[in-house]
Amino acid sequence: MGTSSSEIKLLGTAASPFVNRVQFVLSLKSIEYEYIDENLACKSELLLKSNPVYQKVPVLIHENKPPLPESLIIIEYLDEIYPDVHPILPSDPLIRADNRFWANYIDTKVFPLYEELRKTPEKEGKEAIKKQIMEVSQLLEEAFLKFSDGKPYFGGDKIGYLDVVLGCFLGWTKFVEKHNEFMIFDEVKTPKLLEWTKRIWSHEALKDAIPGSETLMNFYMMLMKYKPPRAA
Amino acid sequence: MVKEKVVLVNFWSSPFGSRVKIALEEKGIPYEYKEEDLFNKSSFLSTINPVHNKVPVLVHNQKPVCESLNILEYIDETWTDLSPRFLPSDPHQRALARFWADFIDKELYESSKKIYRGIGEEQVIGKNEVLRILKLVEGEIGDKPFFGGDNLGLVDITLIPFYSRFYTWETFGKFSIEEECPNLVAWAKRCLQKESVAKSLPDPIKIYEFILDLNKYFAK
Repeated sequence: MGTSSSEIKLLGTAASPFVNRVQFVLSLKSIEYEYIDENLACKSELLLKSNPVYQKVPVLIHENKPPLPESLIIIEYLDEIYPDVHPILPSDPLIRADNRFWANYIDTKVFPLYEELRKTPEKEGKEAIKKQIMEVSQLLEEAFLKFSDGKPYFGGDKIGYLDVVLGCFLGWTKFVEKHNEFMIFDEVKTPKLLEWTKRIWSHEALKDAIPGSETLMNFYMMLMKYKPPRAA
Repeated sequence: MVKEKVVLVNFWSSPFGSRVKIALEEKGIPYEYKEEDLFNKSSFLSTINPVHNKVPVLVHNQKPVCESLNILEYIDETWTDLSPRFLPSDPHQRALARFWADFIDKELYESSKKIYRGIGEEQVIGKNEVLRILKLVEGEIGDKPFFGGDNLGLVDITLIPFYSRFYTWETFGKFSIEEECPNLVAWAKRCLQKESVAKSLPDPIKIYEFILDLNKYFAK
């Protein structure tokens, strides 16, 4: 029993992990929606009007209600209006608080560090950032061990909030690993997370929303053009 | 009956910690206050907040909760029979409240630092950024006494601690927030009439002197 597609619209761009994150949740909850593709180099009137504060994607428009930006806020909203199909956040307040804490950690570290790596021209600078990225993945491995408690996902037996919050970065993670010749998730330092990444890649609800390397490369070229690296 | 033990670990000048104080006072939740010396952090802080080693931390029956907005939602979700509720019951209204609280949380503190720690051009940028944020948020009050309606809500509690810093920003930045955002200042004065807020906000002059001291400390 899906929702009619005119009820929910998602403004996004394929390469944005934050958009992918919302797509994961829509897919897990079997919610139909209309996807409106945005060209971030030339933002539409709709996007600028829908998100005047940040002018960013994703933005969720539900019926005639004021648009909602920010992926984590959208996810909690979807979880509250469709609570019966694949709940994303747990119900216990303490575990919810812990989930939100780690979501905030992931969002302040993962993509910002990937961007920092891209923008840093010199080798020593890049090595220092790679080191920070690996420290983050080490902490995330410990978090995974705690949350999963022996089960396949952060959410336990089923995909939960942190699986979605971190899982959306897998395409970019592979891209960054390949272009910078280092491993962010590996068998030695983050064995459980490495196994987890394989589960996420192959999950029915998620695999179609993870962008391919061509999409990522196009987006990477756009970032290099509009937000170029610092002068060496 | 389980005896609830609530401890707030904080530093007196932290606007993030003031949020938690206001929340606990608003709901009438008894708590113990522990002042942490941020220039000489205890090993206790690193056990309850190993990832960031920062305040505030709420310790509820020995379980820590970190990050002020997380703590506000945790309080609202745990003590469900105590009013006021900080978030409305309608999911869309809740999402909007979270959006504005998150916007204030992400941007205001960082932009304000440019005013009192930056020089020249950076100060002007900081002032403009702060005014942009305050004006955007001011637009959301409407006719209501508070962002939360008749009672303090998530957005009120997230923003009001920064009122203690208005004097500092205005003095360093040479501008008047009341002139630029009269509705916002009127809202702030309404908040200050609440005992929970009056008790929890540090004195603006003390904040100003503290920031002057910090600037000297960082200049060394």
